[in-house]
Amino acid sequence: MAQWIAACSAGDIDEEDVMRFDHGGRTFALYRSPDDKYYATDGLCTHEKVHLADGLVMDNIIECPKHNGRFDYRSGAAKGAPVCVDLKTYPVRIEAGKVMIDIG
Amino acid sequence: MIIVGAGKAGARAVIGLREHGWQSEITLIGEETLPPYDRPPLSKASITEETEPSPVLLLDEDTIKSLGATWIGGSAVVSIDRANNQVRLGDGRIIGYGKLLLATGAKPRQLSCPGAARAMLLRDFADTLALRAAFVPGATVAIVGGGFIGLELAASATKRGASVTVIEALPRVLMRGVTEEIAAAVAARHAAAGVKILIDSKVERIDADCVLLTDGRRIAAQVVVAGIGAAPAISLAEEAGLDLDNGIACDAMMRTSDPDIYAAGDCCSFPHAVFGGKRLRLEAWRSAQDQAAVAAENMTGGNRVFEAVPWFWSDQFELTLQIAGEPSNGNRIVKRPLKDGAFILCHLDDAGTLVGASGIGPGNTIARDIRLCELLIGKRAKPDEAALTDPAFQLRTLLK
Repeated sequence: MAQWIAACSAGDIDEEDVMRFDHGGRTFALYRSPDDKYYATDGLCTHEKVHLADGLVMDNIIECPKHNGRFDYRSGAAKGAPVCVDLKTYPVRIEAGKVMIDIG
Repeated sequence: MIIVGAGKAGARAVIGLREHGWQSEITLIGEETLPPYDRPPLSKASITEETEPSPVLLLDEDTIKSLGATWIGGSAVVSIDRANNQVRLGDGRIIGYGKLLLATGAKPRQLSCPGAARAMLLRDFADTLALRAAFVPGATVAIVGGGFIGLELAASATKRGASVTVIEALPRVLMRGVTEEIAAAVAARHAAAGVKILIDSKVERIDADCVLLTDGRRIAAQVVVAGIGAAPAISLAEEAGLDLDNGIACDAMMRTSDPDIYAAGDCCSFPHAVFGGKRLRLEAWRSAQDQAAVAAENMTGGNRVFEAVPWFWSDQFELTLQIAGEPSNGNRIVKRPLKDGAFILCHLDDAGTLVGASGIGPGNTIARDIRLCELLIGKRAKPDEAALTDPAFQLRTLLK
């Protein structure tokens, strides 16, 4: 079931950057791509449960800050060793300047 | 293809060979009975976590099977017959190879003083279980060696309630690993947690209940651990007559002196393209992975030079320390302060080229900027000093 919540303002995230968002005991990572689109994934790396928001965004890739596991944050696809489990992604839309994420 | 050694490098090589289109046989041979597992947790989470730890497998047996590889665990390769491209196992089996990868790792150095047999070592999962069992609340633990392993174990033993003394022969901890400023931050954190660090202290002998130092001090110790470094596992290569140079000598494409034999990981040294061909032997998780990837590509006919910038981390208490590049190639340090007391030291050479970055801070506070420094080091960048020292300046803009 869809459950849209406002995570932050669109301007809170720089282009080609990532931000952590915690809600209801869960943690998410929100991204703004170089072509100014917004995405959301689970906040923790599938490898060792590290917050991805401390990592580096390059193009459409988020790199885990701990071991450089790489994911395409648009699809959640793991991009090779050491990560092999994909990230879960969440629908995102911008509404009245707010980044809305469907965590349902 | 045969891979000898089932650690990080060996496991990565299996995947790498398949990634580069190798469709025929791969045999992975390891001395331990466990399939390849991750070693970084052995000094940390596997000791401190509340529930009984399991090894963090890099490749389980099903995955190895699905990759079409053959896993031979609990078996040592005892010799290499280079004339006939064969290896011999301890049980007498002989297996032929087209290309062979030596990923034999390193072995912890042992103390040589009287009583050294009582000193526990850390290399494999069984060692971790033994240390975990020994680090009980109230136990007196003496750790010989104030390097990364010694200090990580000191933090883990402290978390488990043991009373820890670190005995370091040199004038400070992490003498070979980091600058004085970072070592001081590490030492202060340990002191705050109650770890006693003794510097300029040498071990005379180990008795049943204590460690006796050369100056006569007695350090009560129900448990003694030696963390005094590791030596590359070269006996197989040495016997086979391969060139050695601080480990198995490789070229920049991870080839040994035998064109059919490659090496990767802790066991080998190679000239690093980013640092003017300086010969390095890296005992680090990511280097093992990166070297194995290059070796696998070249074993399948590739021509790739290894040029990944070295990167290393250590976790102690809530602090993470990271080093990128080759700080010792620098002769000037510029400090980049970050939030929560974290900082990064940028190491520059005469020409102003960024050659290394080392930092420390709680959690992952330094991770992103260290990673950006690593990318800048790989580009041989000469960043503006004012940019490095200004925490508000986005390092990523220097990459564009």
